[in-house]
This record gives sequence, structure tokens and C-alpha cells, in this order.
Amino acid sequence: MIQAAPRRLQRRKLTNLFMLSLCILATLLVVTPLLWIIGYVIQQGLPAINISFFTQLPTPVGVPGGGIANALVGSAMTVGLGLLIAVPIGALAGIYAATHSETSLGIALRFSTDVISGVPSIVMGIFAYTIIVLPQRHFSAFSGGVVLAFIMLPTLIRTTEEMIHLVPKSLHEGSLALGAAEWKTSLSIIIPAAANGILTGVMLAIARAAGEAAPMLFTAFGNPFFNLDFRQPVATLPHTIFVYAIAPYDDWHAKAWATALVLISFVLLLNILARLITWWRMHHIGTYH
Amino acid sequence: MNIALNKSELSAPRFGVLRRIWDHGDGLYRLLLILATLFVIVLVIAIGYELWQSSALARLAFGWKFLITSTWDPAIENTFGALPFILGTLITATIALLGAIPLSIGSAIFLSELAPDWLRQPLGFLVELLAAVPSVVYGLWGLFVYIPVFVRPTAQFLNRELGFLPLFAGPVFGPSRLAAGLLLAIMVFPTIAAVSRDVLRSIPNSQREAALALGATRWEMIAQVLLPYGASGLLGAIILGLGRALGETIAVTMVIGNNLDLSFSLLHPGYTMASIIANEFTEATSDLYLSALIEIGLILFAITLVINFMARLLIWRMARRTKGEVRL
Repeated sequence: MIQAAPRRLQRRKLTNLFMLSLCILATLLVVTPLLWIIGYVIQQGLPAINISFFTQLPTPVGVPGGGIANALVGSAMTVGLGLLIAVPIGALAGIYAATHSETSLGIALRFSTDVISGVPSIVMGIFAYTIIVLPQRHFSAFSGGVVLAFIMLPTLIRTTEEMIHLVPKSLHEGSLALGAAEWKTSLSIIIPAAANGILTGVMLAIARAAGEAAPMLFTAFGNPFFNLDFRQPVATLPHTIFVYAIAPYDDWHAKAWATALVLISFVLLLNILARLITWWRMHHIGTYH
Repeated sequence: MNIALNKSELSAPRFGVLRRIWDHGDGLYRLLLILATLFVIVLVIAIGYELWQSSALARLAFGWKFLITSTWDPAIENTFGALPFILGTLITATIALLGAIPLSIGSAIFLSELAPDWLRQPLGFLVELLAAVPSVVYGLWGLFVYIPVFVRPTAQFLNRELGFLPLFAGPVFGPSRLAAGLLLAIMVFPTIAAVSRDVLRSIPNSQREAALALGATRWEMIAQVLLPYGASGLLGAIILGLGRALGETIAVTMVIGNNLDLSFSLLHPGYTMASIIANEFTEATSDLYLSALIEIGLILFAITLVINFMARLLIWRMARRTKGEVRL
């Protein structure tokens, strides 16, 4: 019994070492795909990138050259329209969520936000299809923008809410105590103080929306031509990648990688910027206390 | 205080409509806040209502049989049953969770309990970036890199060693349910890992100290104290991951092979609920066909509701217990 104790301790220590190593291994395995994907996209995509890739329209199969100008414009149009719709609603609802979280409307808002962020984007696409595309009888950049607005909403609401929570309550109360109206307090105290947070939310929302391919299949639909009309279909970057990737042509596969490089650079850059702003913000607020 | 009041008096418009809005701005402001809030709530109801209405044709034609029959024939019989897609979704999501749970909880343990401070932030950020990679890029990488380099050899190995089971019956295809499941595993990592990390970090330090003071090793502290303590939160994290796996569309459509046959082999191509919608929606020629696809969307929406409700409930229960002692 006395002799068994050290051996048992040794076994426990070994188990400890073994399991902790497994945790480290798991972390490495989780991070590997990210580096693998980014590395591979750069390696495959970089050779096809040049100025004309950004300025030219797609060429038919077998014709050399060609670019993604139509998809860049289409993505800008749909994401831009999405922002126009979602930012005011998201910011206002975010303010409500932060200031009225205990009311029944506030609880319903939180649950709805969670549900919307969990709804598969393809289901959002069906919804936009039935309310916009079907009555109008044609696919359009407009319907694509609307579906992206719905997809952006939860991100905008949550980041706005979180950042407003970070604004010291004393600022809010001080403004009200000085006799400023509630809306004036929001406009001149809370929103400027939370502006960085809202900006972060906007950037994350753009990054999320810009990468959505599934709901574009039957809203923006895709378009090989240059189009600035919101009533007409447009191509978008993620949809272009999808179409090029599943086609049987090597030339298109190369373009899919190049488009993926453009998209992933944009999305990751936005995420890194958003992270930096948040970090700066925390740091800045930290100096208050 | 006087100065402040004077200033705001000075900046106020003197006359007319503007002045009236200025004085009564609070009413308008509150109205705008409530309108935006109602918009979000009504949006959820509207999605459910639209999907319910637009799937009426299929719901009336097939009833509950829609969920348990496997004929999907838009061309001749005009009969639709969603069973192969429901099964496909269940199979791929199961593979995804089996792969993702140990790895993401392991990395959450590392991020929360083991990593030195200087490593914690950058690693956490990498996990967040993994969540930010667009689904279509995962699909592209899955199709041209992951399948040939990893999935196909794995499938061949499984078929060679366990091929007598119907689950691993040949022939081996590249694009398959296994490929979709293994790709989904990577895609749900960040969801489960990030939430689990937050759950573990919210456990009060007194729990750790008590376990260590009783002579537990670090792993014993994690396995016997932290994991049981955080169980409901961790389960919530896994359910959120499940939600992402069920609804993921474009990446799955690219690697699952899109095949209507109802076979039980993981190594065969198949369909999921989301990928059949992606693939056939714009080709739906009859109203009944379209309505059947929308009903699949309705099922996905209903599952989303249930999953979110459960996950939030679990995480909320966990958060309530750690209230006041949250370590952040």
C-alpha cells in the first residue's frame, strides 16, 4: 500500500502530461486549416492577379484574359445597399437592446436577434425570393442587397449593444442631469462614445455579407455583364467563385482561386482592422479608471 | 451647469417646426427605437409565415409523409419526399460534431487554462479568423485540396479495413458525405471552441484553487471539476456548432457530390437539406416542385428555432450560476 502510492502518483502525473499534450495538439490541429487555406489560396491565386483581372469582364471559356470587374461592382452594390438598410435599423435596435434589456420587448429583441443569426443564409435567400423576386418576377441586385441587410442585422445589433454597455453610465446620467433630452443625450454622448463599436460592427457585418454565396443563388443570381441597375441581376464575388469552381475548366478554376484571394484578403483585412479598433478601444477606456 | 444649459439653448433652433421637433424629440426618438426593434422581431415572424405560406402546396399534397418518403421525382411522378436530404444532413452533421467536439474542446481548454498570456490573444484571434473565412472559400479548398489530400485516402482506408459494414461500402468517391462532414468539422471548430473557451473562463477561480489544493493534478482539476461545472455551457456551445453544421450550404454543395440515391454509405455522394435547395431552387419548374423545396427550408427554419432556444437556455443557465464570480 505504501509502495503503491508513488506508482499511482506517477501514473496520475503521466495521465496529466498526456492529456495536456493532447490539448496542445488539438489547438495545433484547429489552427492548421486556417494557415493551410490562406497559404494555398495565395499560392494558387497570386499568379492570376493583375490589373486587368480587376478591370475586365469575364471572357468565354478558352478565350484568354478576362476578369471580375462585374463581380466587384455587384458585390459593392449588394453589400452597399445592405448597409444602407441594416445600419440605421441595427444601430437603433442595438441602442434599444442596451437601454431596455429588461422589458419584454427587449427580451423579444434579443431572442429574435439570436434566431436571425442562426437562420441558415440559404433560408434567408428563400425568404427574400418569396417577398421580392417572386412578386417582381425577376432576379435583381436589389433583392440581393435586402437579403444581405437581414444577414448583417444581428452583428450590427450585438456590437452596438456591447459598445454602449462600455460607455460609462456616469456620462449618460450626467448628460440627463444637466437637462439634455434623451434623444440629444443619445446623439451627442452615447453614439459618439460608441462610434468605434458601431464601426467595428459595420466592418464585421461587411466581412460576413461579402462572403455569402448561398442566398445570392436566387436573389442577385449572377450576371456576366457589367451592370449598375439595381433592378437587374448582378454577379458577386462569392457567387463567381462558386460558379467557376464547380465548372469543369482549368482556366476557370485558376480564376476561382484568384477571386478567392481577392475575397479572403478583403474579409480578413476587415476582421483584423475591427479587432485592432476593439483592442484600441478597450485600451483607451482602460485609462479612464 | 448654467453654461451648459445656455449652450444647448443657443444651439436650439428658435422658431417653427424645427423648434417643435427639438422640444418633443424624445417622443420621436423613442418611436424610432421601438420601430427598429419591432422590425427585427417582425422579421423573424415574417420569415416563418412566408415559409409556411409558400410551402402550402407541398404540405397539403404530402403531409407528414414528406418527412419519411424518399422519392424525389420532379420529372415524371411529380412526387417529393425529403428523407434522403434529412438523413444526409443528420449524417454530415454527426460526422462534423464527432470530429469537431474533441478538437475544439481540447483547444478551448488550452486557450483558457494552459496557454501563457502572450499566446492567448493571438491564438484566440486565429480561431476567430477561422470563423471569418467565407464558406465558398472552404468549399473551393475542400474540393481541390482537402478531398484529394486527406478525405480520399481516409475513405480508401476505411473502405479497405471496414468495407464489410454498409456504412463504409464502396466504391470510394472523392465528393461524398464523408467529405462534407469532415469539411463541416473544420467549419464548426471556431464556433464550439470560442464559446467553450468563454464558458471555461467564466468558471470561478475558487473552483480551480479548491481542486488543486486537494492535490489534484491539472488534468484532474479540468476533467473532474471544470468540465462538469461547465457542462451545460459546453453543451450549449456544441448545439450552436450543430446549428451551423445543419445550415451550412455552399461549402457542402461543393463537396458532397449531389446525388439523389438513398444509400447508407458515408463514402457515397449525397445531398443535404441545404444543398438540395441551393442546387435545384432556380431549376424548379413547377409550383409544387418549388413549394417542396421551400418546405425543406421551413424544416431548416424550425430546427434553427429549436436549436437556438436550447443553446441559449443552456448557456444562460450556466451564466446565471457563475454570476458575481465571473473571471474575465
